[in-house]
Amino acid sequence: MGDWLHILVFGYYPYFAATVFLAGSLIRFDREQYTWRSGSSQLLRRRQLIMGSVLFHIGILFLFLGHLVGLLTPKEIYHAFGLSSGAKQMLAIVAGGVFGIVCFIGLTMLLHRRLFDPRIRKTSSAMDIAILAILWLQLVLGLATVPFSWAHREGGEIMVALSLWAQKIVTFQDGAADYVADVHWVYQLHIFLGLTIFLIFPFSRLVHIWSAPVGYLGRRGYQVVRTREGRRAA
Amino acid sequence: MKIRAQIGKVLNLDKCIGCHTCSVTCKNVWTSREGMEYAWFNNVETKPGVGYPKEWENQEVWNGGWVRKKNGRIVPKMGGKLRILAKIFANPDMPQIDDYYEPFTFDYEHLHNAPESQAPPTARPRSLISGERMDKIKWGPNWEEILGGEFSKRSKDVNFEALEKDIYGQFENTFMMYLPRLCEHCLNPSCVAACPSGAIYKREEDGIVLIDQDKCRGWRMCVSACPYKKIYYNWRSGKSEKCIFCYPRIEAGQPTVCSETCVGRIRYLGVLMYDADRIEEAAAAEDPQDLYQAQLDIFLDPHDPAIIRQALQDGVPQAWIDAAQRSPVWRMAMDWKVAFPLHPEYRTLPMVWYVPPLSPIQAAAEAGALGTEGLIPDVSQLRIPLRYLANLLTAGDEAPVKLALERMLAMRVYMRAKHVDGRREVRALEQVGLTETDIEDMYQTMAIANYEDRFVIPTTHREYAEEAFDLRGECGFSFGDGCSGGGDKIDLFSHEVRVGPSAGGRSDKVGAPR
Repeated sequence: MGDWLHILVFGYYPYFAATVFLAGSLIRFDREQYTWRSGSSQLLRRRQLIMGSVLFHIGILFLFLGHLVGLLTPKEIYHAFGLSSGAKQMLAIVAGGVFGIVCFIGLTMLLHRRLFDPRIRKTSSAMDIAILAILWLQLVLGLATVPFSWAHREGGEIMVALSLWAQKIVTFQDGAADYVADVHWVYQLHIFLGLTIFLIFPFSRLVHIWSAPVGYLGRRGYQVVRTREGRRAA
Repeated sequence: MKIRAQIGKVLNLDKCIGCHTCSVTCKNVWTSREGMEYAWFNNVETKPGVGYPKEWENQEVWNGGWVRKKNGRIVPKMGGKLRILAKIFANPDMPQIDDYYEPFTFDYEHLHNAPESQAPPTARPRSLISGERMDKIKWGPNWEEILGGEFSKRSKDVNFEALEKDIYGQFENTFMMYLPRLCEHCLNPSCVAACPSGAIYKREEDGIVLIDQDKCRGWRMCVSACPYKKIYYNWRSGKSEKCIFCYPRIEAGQPTVCSETCVGRIRYLGVLMYDADRIEEAAAAEDPQDLYQAQLDIFLDPHDPAIIRQALQDGVPQAWIDAAQRSPVWRMAMDWKVAFPLHPEYRTLPMVWYVPPLSPIQAAAEAGALGTEGLIPDVSQLRIPLRYLANLLTAGDEAPVKLALERMLAMRVYMRAKHVDGRREVRALEQVGLTETDIEDMYQTMAIANYEDRFVIPTTHREYAEEAFDLRGECGFSFGDGCSGGGDKIDLFSHEVRVGPSAGGRSDKVGAPR
């Protein structure tokens, strides 16, 4: 890969994707909230959804948290807790592998259902299908990195390089792209597709992630009453 | 005490002829859209039957409504907040569309284009979801119309509880009644409670329960939580929708479409005032059979000067208090006690009430003589078992239903004596504890049922709440994006681009509030 292309993809593309991700989400939330929903198709077909959706969501939530913590925690911090880079890479391999498989089973069921159940297929938008397919591909790429991580398990350099790249990107530092110049193309593709998912996020049903209703647990009582002015009454 | 007012409703089942005019007019106005073909904000079912969606009353299946815990508090039957959130990825308590019915159309075009053939061409059904041919239409909002289907299936109706139902499967003993159903606009709505987004709310000023279409995220917990199954998930928009009690009409002082168009004149709309601070206490009554009385107890007498003073203080407009004093709903529910809540045992404190239907006297045909209690025919001999009605309306307590039916029979006896024999039959009234004035009023309201007696609806006082001047140039109803429908055919956020009148005034958004 040419140098300029490499820098474009791993140095600038992240910012482009992040900008569209944030601004797009904001604009859609403000202007088009009627379209802001999870897009559930459970009403049309329960079969394959109950198992598929639960496995997929549990898997992907853990994978997301794992990536977030794993990539963004500076190595000095986990070293201070006595976790070596090699051990952390093993942790990533095992946890990522387990939840990756859980997620893979669920996602494959969902994708199969979306493509081959006539009701679901006919009521899907192009984006509904595309986003599932992209997630599936991304998951497969992620799982495909496991053998490479395993092969380089001593020392944990791969994970250190990847997390340095991520940390440089989110802290707006120069030269982030250099850290991923030498990693295997499977990792590079995985990163590129991951960034792309952020890019298309605001245009897909993924926006429902922003609305994860954790605030419900903090609601006082159960009832909601609105006055004409739109403020909540007791 | 915190006084609120609500527009309540009564349906006089004694006069329902099962014509479905309410359902059809409602459908034409509100749900004739893609994604909502299967949804009927109002539908009329024949009871006994399992209904639409199948077995909606069986909360062992769908887990709707509330349950009272040992400590005396109530929680949604689906579970507390944590358990509801745990169902968010896939909701095991939710019906599939086939439990309602798969919406369909017919291949009408085939009738025009069919080549010459031996047999006449037919228009076969086609799914409105997948577009594919359907072998057979299997269910619908009035599938058991006039006792359609086998008794063995219909008898799964949970209202047969404590009845020897096999007897009613025999032709000689069979019975039926119509039950028009819509959202109950409950005082203690479980749909509101279960909505993780807080998108469903009860309006303080008139009690109408609505789903904020912008805030709904399609978590679909409300569909399960509503024990009447009157919230429908729109599979096209991904949002839930429900009966809106025709609020634009109510605000203008007009009856809902279903009420306006009811040919049997069975529907009544009127104001009820209640103590909002005692809702939870009423809904948590220990014995389910006390729930009916508990709900009556929180309704407040609009003639009591102390109540009027407090109501004004709590922001209830004078016009609403005036309307409450003339409310036909108050009269039927509170004065005459002939109207009852549907399934009070769900603990939602519903606000659409029902007058139980009279039915022919069972024994009369066989014995040639009427069993009577005093002057009034014995209601326990009515063809529709008392217990069945009680299971529907009072959690199984027969006494209030019996009294209501006797009062309606007493009204008949009295009016027949007056008009046919020209005499005042007061003994019948004494027996049921009503005065002649009561009966004349009942007759006027329930039998004559003039438009102005059925619908006593005060207009909403918008001027108290907002500056009308700011509302000029608004676009009215829109699909969530204000007046702007976007300028071109490409829609970034992938929802249908509407072209034409329904898109609203596209370019001129005049700083209008949502």
